[in-house]
Amino acid sequence: MSAAAATTLPAAAPATVPEPRASRAPLWLVLPALMLFTGIVLVPLTMTVLLSFHDWGQYKGIEPVLILKNWHEIATDPYYAEMFGRTLRIALITTLLTALLGAPEAYILNRMSGRWRGIFLLLILGPLLISVVARTLGWALLFGGSNGLANKLLLSLGLIASPLPFLFTETGVVIALVHVMMPFMVLSVWAALQRLDSQVEHAAMSLGAGPLTILRRIVLPQVMPGVLSGAIIVFSLSASAFATPAIIGGRRLKVAATLAYDEFLNTLNWPLGAAVAVLLLAGLVLIVVGANALVERRYAEVFR
Amino acid sequence: MSRNGPLALAFHGLFVIFMLAPIVVVCLVAFTPEGFLSLPTNGFSLRWFRAIADYPEFVHAFWVSLGLGALSSFIALLFAVPAALALTRYAVPGRGALQALFLSPLMIPHVVLGVAFLRFFTAIGFGGTFLALLAAHIVVVFPFAFRLTLAAAAGLDPALERAAVSLGAGGFTLFRRVTLPLILPGVVSGWALAFIQSFDDLTMTVFLAAPGTETLPVRMFLYIQDNIDPLVTSVSACVIAITLVFLVVLDRLYGLDRVLAGKGSH
Repeated sequence: MSAAAATTLPAAAPATVPEPRASRAPLWLVLPALMLFTGIVLVPLTMTVLLSFHDWGQYKGIEPVLILKNWHEIATDPYYAEMFGRTLRIALITTLLTALLGAPEAYILNRMSGRWRGIFLLLILGPLLISVVARTLGWALLFGGSNGLANKLLLSLGLIASPLPFLFTETGVVIALVHVMMPFMVLSVWAALQRLDSQVEHAAMSLGAGPLTILRRIVLPQVMPGVLSGAIIVFSLSASAFATPAIIGGRRLKVAATLAYDEFLNTLNWPLGAAVAVLLLAGLVLIVVGANALVERRYAEVFR
Repeated sequence: MSRNGPLALAFHGLFVIFMLAPIVVVCLVAFTPEGFLSLPTNGFSLRWFRAIADYPEFVHAFWVSLGLGALSSFIALLFAVPAALALTRYAVPGRGALQALFLSPLMIPHVVLGVAFLRFFTAIGFGGTFLALLAAHIVVVFPFAFRLTLAAAAGLDPALERAAVSLGAGGFTLFRRVTLPLILPGVVSGWALAFIQSFDDLTMTVFLAAPGTETLPVRMFLYIQDNIDPLVTSVSACVIAITLVFLVVLDRLYGLDRVLAGKGSH
């Protein structure tokens, strides 16, 4: 995420206007936002980390002690290993599929003429702003049991012999997540393609390179940073996705986000829920920061 | 004139169908004349749109969402515009760290923010209140308001402000008559994008909403958890229609790919 965010930030402040009488201005301008974020982001996050070390009992509620009970439970109970494994698997497959489908689509979009490009860009990026609940509801309708529309279509095309289960399966969750995450990938690759100099493609063509060679040796290496930063965004959002696994996966197919929700609002075991959430955050920060560092080192010349 | 081959165009066609299919299906089912989930094969009917009025929870949740979105994105701007102006104009110490902090709600999964806000607001006695919901939404939509304002402020020609200062404008007059009009497209786009984020947020809000302060996505989610019927599809169709209006406005005002570039988490 940070890679994508960084690319859109202005590189540096324009020449500052020296105004001696206003030398204290920046402090007063930034202070309200700084206080807001300290009070409503940093303090709650710290409290959540502390909460994950508290004790909890069905009758005694939350006990503010510092013990490793929740962390021990997560580390030893295979239920949590399976659940985090499922979360990781769904996120990885979703990331792979969005990259394999989204990158070619962004390339095709980029080669379209202006008017069509604008229309299709709106159609493909637009869903990003449409409520996730509404979009996932659409998939629930398409999957809907053995006589859902998706199965009817696949059966009539002769692609499958008997209805496939989509609802309440990992396959269904992955398909719906790919749909939800796709705009992020297209957008990221799209941004990388905008930096591509079409003259280089023309030069390669004039030197006798075929379209496949140009794609493999000219376009792909330059677009790869966009694919990778898109993949980092998609991965972290899929691993922490809530609405789609909750609606398509149902109550039994738990992932990290839906488990944290259950512990907080159904079981009421807040300390355990907090531990799940903190582990999710820590794992994602490690993976995202690590992946960003790898991408930036590998493609240092592109980011410079 | 397209430079894509037939194979590429076939892929493109399937891709667009995949992206639009669930949205189109929701909107079609909303017009069904039947009492159960079905495509409107026997003519279109508005009965499920009229049925929304008989379910006051949805209507109330809609007003909560609308008020929350408008208010939180406006208040976020009140914090974000001064901060963005300061960070682009002055050599503020710790500029990188401040920027990272202000954009951090994009990096932190919303489920973690939801958990943290629930813990925090319950501990200080604001659990389940509209005020808690508002404060949480201000923080979550802040990065969107902040980033578009930052981009607009950075693109500003400092000579214009210097000219105003040399003509005697200062302080608030300078801001109101020169700076604000110049960065207004960025600020308005920031507000609209922030509004949509607030209006659509489920993951964080579902932790904070109580009966009475349920937002529309939360009400829809809880409804779907129980059962799916055409009523929730007609509500979804209305939500999609509202979003489309904002989408077109954002696209005209600022360009959709620019607005969305680097957009963060849900």
